[in-house]
Amino acid sequence: MDFSFNEQQTMFRDMVRDFAAREIAPLAAQMDRDADMPETLIQKLREGGFFGLTFPEGLGGLGVDTTTYGLVVEELSAVSAGVAVMICVHNSVGSYPIAMFGSDELKARVLPRMAAGEIAAFCVSEAGAGSDAAALTTAAARDGDQYVLTGSKMWVTNGSRARYYVVLARTPGSVGHDSVHAFLVERDAPGLSVAKKEDKMGLRCSDTCVVELDAVRIPVANRLGEEGDGFKVAMKALDGGRIGIAFQALGIGRACLEASVRYAGQRIAFGEKLWHIPTVRDKFADMAARLHAARLTALHAAWLKDQGRPHTKEAAMAKLLATEAAGHVADEAVQIHGGFGYTKDYDVERYYRDVRVTRIYEGTSEIQRLVIARSVIKELG
Amino acid sequence: MNFALTEQQRMIRQAARDFAQKELAPHAARWDRDEEFPAAQVKKLGELGFLGMNVPEQYGGAGFDMVSYVLAMEEISAACASTGVIMSVNNSLVCWPLETYGTEAQKLKFLVPLARGELLGAYCLSEPNAGTDAANQQTTARRDGDHWVLNGMKNFITNGAHADVLIVFAQTDPALKHKGIFAFIVETKSEGFAVISKEKKLGIRASDTAQLAFDGVRVPADQQLGADGAGFRVAMSTLDGGRIGIASQALGIAKAALEAAVSYAKTREQFGQPIARFQAIQWKIADMATRYEASRLLTLRAAALKDAGEPYGEQAAMAKLFASESASYIAEEAVQIFGGNGYSKEYPVERHFRDARITSIYEGTSEAQRMVIAGHRLR
Repeated sequence: MDFSFNEQQTMFRDMVRDFAAREIAPLAAQMDRDADMPETLIQKLREGGFFGLTFPEGLGGLGVDTTTYGLVVEELSAVSAGVAVMICVHNSVGSYPIAMFGSDELKARVLPRMAAGEIAAFCVSEAGAGSDAAALTTAAARDGDQYVLTGSKMWVTNGSRARYYVVLARTPGSVGHDSVHAFLVERDAPGLSVAKKEDKMGLRCSDTCVVELDAVRIPVANRLGEEGDGFKVAMKALDGGRIGIAFQALGIGRACLEASVRYAGQRIAFGEKLWHIPTVRDKFADMAARLHAARLTALHAAWLKDQGRPHTKEAAMAKLLATEAAGHVADEAVQIHGGFGYTKDYDVERYYRDVRVTRIYEGTSEIQRLVIARSVIKELG
Repeated sequence: MNFALTEQQRMIRQAARDFAQKELAPHAARWDRDEEFPAAQVKKLGELGFLGMNVPEQYGGAGFDMVSYVLAMEEISAACASTGVIMSVNNSLVCWPLETYGTEAQKLKFLVPLARGELLGAYCLSEPNAGTDAANQQTTARRDGDHWVLNGMKNFITNGAHADVLIVFAQTDPALKHKGIFAFIVETKSEGFAVISKEKKLGIRASDTAQLAFDGVRVPADQQLGADGAGFRVAMSTLDGGRIGIASQALGIAKAALEAAVSYAKTREQFGQPIARFQAIQWKIADMATRYEASRLLTLRAAALKDAGEPYGEQAAMAKLFASESASYIAEEAVQIFGGNGYSKEYPVERHFRDARITSIYEGTSEAQRMVIAGHRLR
């Protein structure tokens, strides 16, 4: 086993760390307050190649491996989890279905534009279909060489900034997994509208929207995979997505630990730095240990994916462990900061809000446990 | 043992619940968003006797017991945790030390209007460099004839920007350490007093948390509260009772989050049935309910001990430690049960989650409660 990063991985990590410190960090608190992200920053992210991270070099992307991708997401998240989730969704669930299941013509037309920074989004959840994704009701009615999509999608990250939407919909009146299909829908398709932007606890600079589809007509060529492959497309995409969210949580967690150690080195209580108080040191130990264990799990899942090996269970474990560890670490970071941690003058207040969603989206912790348990029983039962 | 509430306690709880549901619940989300102090509702709370609940009637209070105070605090906080802390500070941290340590003249001048809710109070202990280490007071008090002159800064002062009367702790002689600390009653109309800034907070956003400056504030000597050098004892004994108030606030937040989660679990359908049918959700509800009930018993026991005139410091610390950590746990699980909806400001659990987090920080962090409890057990 080799636990070292290769040259490319180290280089990307360091470059992104510099970029994030220079271009994103000064804006992060303001973006959270405004619940917005300046277009100038998005443009810099485009120029930096962030929207093409996982796309093949031949299509204008950077073609990085999953480990590098994870390290990039971790670095972005340590500064702004909202920026990170935009990049994550674009590079994983928003584009992966096209790369994996799109026709050659579709890939050739769309992927280079995505890699250049035309933003992608992923539309699965609905008001009545969250953890139970198969309960989705958005209809895809076949009409000659077109489908007509009608329904309402919720919790769409990048909802208002996206140019491309991967949409899951089903044969009208059907139930179950087998009649769900996946499609690529473009922003200018008549009938597609972005209804409202959610007012959220955290990740406030990332736009989470309701996307309405009112008899949106798309060519059959925009179907991803065969008829009935939709659920498979979504689940495959989410396997990769979960690795990204694990690294997002790890980035927030690392920022929490760094902020706490820094604060405790300056804060004096009972005549000494908090560094010297045993219970504070114990907190640091647990925070660091939990993050480290989760990070190894996430790196392992990324490695499996790059090896082309099955990684559904490991990706779910990585997401579960990393998001729960980061939740714990953020909570302790607020506690170490005391009253200051409850105010917006300190970044940990934002981290605490941002990290909470990582246990919810792209599969709640409860869903990760279902996925893991299913694998464990299959292997050992 | 008798776990039953008296007729009067039930009536007080009902009155608080009615008020909270009618006057607070409909506005709490907006006050949170806009950081708006619920001035009109605080005035009404005073008229109902909720701002001086435990103060004897002769001093303008309602003369109720601590158990009733816990019940009322819980109901108010379940609807609006910000209003809960405004109420807790006035009752526990301002009225109580005035009643306990004040002279007759101080009681008539300050306690009566505070207990009636005609004036609002605040408690000024924390400083930028004195949090959990509260004895490290940098605010100074210098005697000048028949006045004391106060200089310094106070931090994280609940009600700070709206208060009329402050209980202020200050150091008279650093060489004496905590024995040099005195307590004073200070009017905010005093010259040299200023509200420097209001904190932008994660939660309890309708309650103002202010940084206050004392720049040569002259306080008449007869507004010294308690004996010479007794300031730290006044501060600590006051916090013993304050902790019952914050435990009750945590109970209210926990109750609101638990009730919201139960009702959501019964109506939200996934996989063809209400999510309440899933064992994973049932066990969450079971753990949430158990921690809530245990918190409630600890808090009521601390209150009952205080009512009986027994020592209650350790029990109050235990109640605060357990109820506050349970409130965060319960609110966190409520968010999880709500899924994405729990992350959205359209559902109240998003606010409960943010509000709950402060309860294990202020009026003594969980770490400070553990110091108190261990101090009792290892004595």
